Parts: sequence; structure tokens; C-alpha cells
Amino acid sequence: MSELRGILVEQVERLVADAGGVAPLREVEAGTFPQALWDGLSEQGLALALVPEEAGGVGLSWGDAAALWQVLGKHGAPVPMAETMLGAALLSAAGVEVPDGVLALGEKGAPFGRHAAHAVKLDGARLTLHPVEGASPGANIGREPRDDLALGQRSAAGILPNSHGPRALRQGLALIRAAQIAGALERILALAVDWANTRKQFGRPIGKFQAVQQQLAAMAGEVAAVQVAVSNAARAVDARGLAEAGFEIGCAKVVAGEAATFGAATAHQVFAAIGITEDHELHHFTRRLWAWREEGGTDRAWAGEIGKLALARGGANLWPDLTARDA
Amino acid sequence: MRFDLPDTPPGAEALRAELRAFLAEASRAWTPEIRARSWMGFDRDFSREVGARGWIGMTWPMAYGGRERSGLERVVVLEEMLAAGAPVGAHWIGDRQSGPLILRLGTEEQRRRILPGIARGELAFCIGLSEPDAGSDLANLRTKAERVPGGWKLNGRKIWTTFAHKSDYMIALVRTSPAPEGGSRHAGLSQFLVDLTLSGISIRPIRDLAGADSFNEVTFDDVMLKEDDLVGQEGAGWAQATSELAFERSGPDRYLSSYPALSQGLDALAAHPVPGAEVTVGRMVARLSALRGMSLSVGGMLERGEDPAVEAALVKDVGNVFEQALPEHLRGLLDPEDSPAELRALLAALTQLTPTFSLRGGTREILRGIIARDMGLR
Repeated sequence: MSELRGILVEQVERLVADAGGVAPLREVEAGTFPQALWDGLSEQGLALALVPEEAGGVGLSWGDAAALWQVLGKHGAPVPMAETMLGAALLSAAGVEVPDGVLALGEKGAPFGRHAAHAVKLDGARLTLHPVEGASPGANIGREPRDDLALGQRSAAGILPNSHGPRALRQGLALIRAAQIAGALERILALAVDWANTRKQFGRPIGKFQAVQQQLAAMAGEVAAVQVAVSNAARAVDARGLAEAGFEIGCAKVVAGEAATFGAATAHQVFAAIGITEDHELHHFTRRLWAWREEGGTDRAWAGEIGKLALARGGANLWPDLTARDA
Repeated sequence: MRFDLPDTPPGAEALRAELRAFLAEASRAWTPEIRARSWMGFDRDFSREVGARGWIGMTWPMAYGGRERSGLERVVVLEEMLAAGAPVGAHWIGDRQSGPLILRLGTEEQRRRILPGIARGELAFCIGLSEPDAGSDLANLRTKAERVPGGWKLNGRKIWTTFAHKSDYMIALVRTSPAPEGGSRHAGLSQFLVDLTLSGISIRPIRDLAGADSFNEVTFDDVMLKEDDLVGQEGAGWAQATSELAFERSGPDRYLSSYPALSQGLDALAAHPVPGAEVTVGRMVARLSALRGMSLSVGGMLERGEDPAVEAALVKDVGNVFEQALPEHLRGLLDPEDSPAELRALLAALTQLTPTFSLRGGTREILRGIIARDMGLR
């Protein structure tokens, strides 16, 4: 991990952790926007983190950004900072000035759309910026705002360079959700380990039972696999651009989706009844894990794309194709 | 737990091209059964050819027959060999474990006597760990070496020793002094370099469920070892043997065992399209890519001299699940009559091998215990 990345991760970690544990998540689910947290992160210049320095941004790498998204995911991503970072990166790449505030991605089911003044749309390589004029509120099972927006006439437009490709929004969102899943899984694994060491049955902590240990160890393997897949995807974007990193991003989303399913189930099994109560913190993360699996392309959809390509290329090319993508 | 992807070593592309050309030629003679066995296949002629090309012990100093290449270049060689299903068993253990052990802890005499032979693909090694009453509970082993004038006298029995009947040497972990009363059973163990041609050694192959002779029972009956057959420090055998494990458990041999079936399965599926097959295939490819990243990360840490014991256990655990599931995924997609004879034979052989994947090199339960302990459980 680079030094800059380490410092940033620490800063964001502190800001989000200081916001009060799961309190901001409860706020979001009750329909309130955690404005103070948003402002704190914005003051760090995070919204422009992926915008190059010469365009007035911070010029972070995608690897750095993915590390930050993982930290946000670890805390349940109570603010749409990752989405805004992506929107800003694309606008800037298309030569459009980035407005202040939350950026909505797309127009249907837009994350935190009701809190955005502007929305970004991508049609082929043509990127447009629109004022948000109305929002019909919706939510995913994480009870995160996912709103259908009424957009005004475009206020700006630009063409994304070839390095970003016509699927830049979907791919960027897939990488964001995969990174957040990695973070949220890390969180619930830590919660479950802590619980296993605390909760006593049969006169000892349940973590003393091999049956519990084995489940949590298997979950740790999945968490590691997602983290590596996410790093690999972010590195591919840094090396080749979003357009040429579809394979790695897809792999990350597939592994993240599978691991989210397995990890959420395992954590709930370890926590048993207490873990499904409303008062407990676990469900804020597991419901988000179940929701994030679906966003930016499901694991099934991405696996279908990867598989179709592999079948078309044939068995003899599978291994050479894989190693040829090494960065 | 930390995984950092290493950069690709310079020259990797050229090295891969060289390996692929060599393997394309060599693989013409391989049956599906040979490909399925991969590093459980023993072919001295093949190992000598690999050695002649400088691909065994390639990170070792020139003085001992090595080529002074990087650990990550070595990983390139391992990956290509396994992806092709090459029968690398005759040099695999020497290259992966025994050679590095001798290089690190052996005497100068041992290094000069042994390492060049491994690097040429001429000396085959086996690892003497398990005993009848010491499987997962390895510290319970009873084979012992007693000090006698001029050396050591070895008595006891090892079991499940892969390729003992075909190897030249065994690195044996044995007891050299009783475990201290109330103390750690890990104390008093030592590693020996055992020449398998010595008198007093009898080796009995144990036929496996597939009808193959791969593992053995090895009995030591007053076997006389020389003073300098001791490897490393007397009494430090447990620490020495377990420090090899990060190398043993993190390599591509822990997730690529079934790879040749995936490659051939793609072609069978292209010839006989199955609706929805692409999703299952994509899931396997995504796992393959993630596992490769995990394994390479541990390779990078080993190269930097770190001790990624837990990360290695994670690679092996996730990798074993993948390589065991792979033949079953294909079976779920392809009816036998839609598969070419070669793929059918490959899957038949693999199906019978898959139970060993999560046993060899530490069972799934032991690995998960190591991971759990690292997380603060137990």
C-alpha cells in the first residue's frame, strides 16, 4: 500500500467511524441525509479524488479509490461519496466541469438521487449532466435511497475518451459495489469473531467450538478472495483504463457477489437469533450486502459475460488470455 | 491477513513463451490420466528435460546448480507446468520444499551433494511426516533417531508418503529426544536427510482407490544415519518443517489441479452448447482469476522474505474448494455422450483424485483451524 493511500484510508476511516457507528446508517434508512459526514468527507476533497490534478482534482489512482470505497463499505457507506467520485471522474474525463454536491448516477434507481442536484447520464460515449428536478423515492433492501429521477434539459455534455468506453458507468459502479462488499464483509467477519469470543454456551465461548471456527475460517477465505479480486480490478483500470478492465471488474463483481451471499449467511448463523433483531447492528451490513450484489450487474450477469467470452475464445486460449492481462 | 498483488517480473512474457513451446511438444505424449495426475505424476525423463532447461531450483545460487532467477519467475514456471497438466512429480517436492530447506539450513556439504542433482531433475524427494498414529496430530509422531557412535540409528514407520517407492531421498521429521514432561510436544523433533537405498529401509506401496501406486508405508529398522544427515538444528525440526508450509501451501498446485479439465470443457461446451453454461463457466473463470491473484500475492510476500503462513493457508483452503468443485461443475453441464473421449477420461481420473486435494499438505480442518486461531478464535 502506498503511503498516500495509507494516509487517506486512515483519514476516511476516522471521519466515518467518528460519525457514530451505525447511527448514520439508521439515519439514512429513516430518510435523513448524514449531512455532517458528507461535509466532512467533501472537505477532504474526496469528491474530486479521481479527477486528475491538472483538472483541479486530487489525482488518486483507481487502486487508491478502491481502498477508500472498501473503507466506506466497512462502515455501510452512509453517504454516496463513491458514486460521486465516479461521476466526477467521468465528467472530468469528458471535459465537463464538475458541480458541487452529490452526483446521481443515471436516472432510474439512482443511489441517493433525491439528495443530488445533478445527475450524470451516459449514452454510448456521450456523457451528459442534468439538473435533478424531481425524485420518486425508492429503496433497495439495504433501505438505501434508490430513486427514479425527473431530469431537466442537459446543462453540459462531453464525449468520454475511448479509454473509458461506453460501459464506463456500469463498470465503475460494479467496481464500487465490489469494493464496498469487500469492506462490509471484513466488518461482519470481525463482528462475528468478536461475538464468537464473547457469547457463551455450554459453559464456554462458542468460538471454542470447531464447528463455529470452521465456518468463520471459510468465510475469511471468501473475504480474502474478494479483496484480491477488487485490487486486481482496480489495478487493471489503472494500467489499461476502464474500457479494457471489464474482465477484471467482472471477476471482482462475481466473486464479491458469491462471497456476499456466503458471508452474510455465515455471519447470521454465528449470531443466531440476536443477529436478526432490529436493534442489532448486523443487519445494516447484511442487508446492504444483499443489495450491493444486485447493483452494477449481478454476479450472474457478469459471470455470463465472462463465460461467453471464454467459450468463444476456446479452451486453448483461456490460460494465455488470463496471463496476458498481467499488469 | 494481507494480500498485495506483486508486479509481473521482467521477462515473464518471454519465459512463458519458452515454456509453452516446450510443453506443446512434450504434451503430445501425455494421456488424459497423466494430465489429470499432474504433480502426482512421476516421470524422471520429463523432469530431467525440465532440469536441463534450468527450470528446477531456478532461484538457487549458480554454485548449487541454480539459475539465480526470482521467486516470481519460478511461479511462472509452476503455473505453466500445471496449466498444461505436466507430470512434474519427480522434481516437484525437491524444487518446492526439500531443496529450499537444504539451501536454507543444510550444511555446505549437503548443499553441494544434493542441490545440483535436484536442479538437474535427477534426484527425487519425498516428505516423511505422517505416521500410523500421527496424521493431523503430527506432533504425536513416534519414529525416532537415537544418537550412536558416528551418527544416528533410525527406527519407526512413516505412512502415506507420496512417491517414497520412486524417490532417492526422504526428508523425515522424527523424534530425537522425548517431549519434555508437561512441555511442548513440538520440542525434541529433528529433520533428517534419509538416503532411501540404505539397508534397514523397507518401502511398501499402498495402492490407492484409482488403482495407482502413489503413496507408501516406509519402515525403518535400525537404519544407520551419518552425523551429517541431520538437517538444520537438532530439536528444531518442528519449527523447520512448519516454516516450509507457506511455500508448500500457497503455490499454484493448490488451485490448478483440475485446470486441464476446464480448458477441455470449454471446447466440449462450444461444440455442444448448453443453455446457461456461460454463467457457470464465468463463475469458474472469475474464481480462477481471484485465486491466481491470491497465490501470486503470497509468492510476492515470500520473495520479500515475509512469513505469510496464514495467507498461504487461505490460498490452499479456497483453492482446494475450487479445484474440487471444478469437475463437478463440468459434470453438471455436460452429458458424457456430449464429451469427447479425452475429456471423459480426464474427468474420470480427476473425480477419483479430488478427495486428496483437501487432505494433502494439511487437511481442510487443520487449515481452517490455523486461520481461526489467527483471527483470535480458539
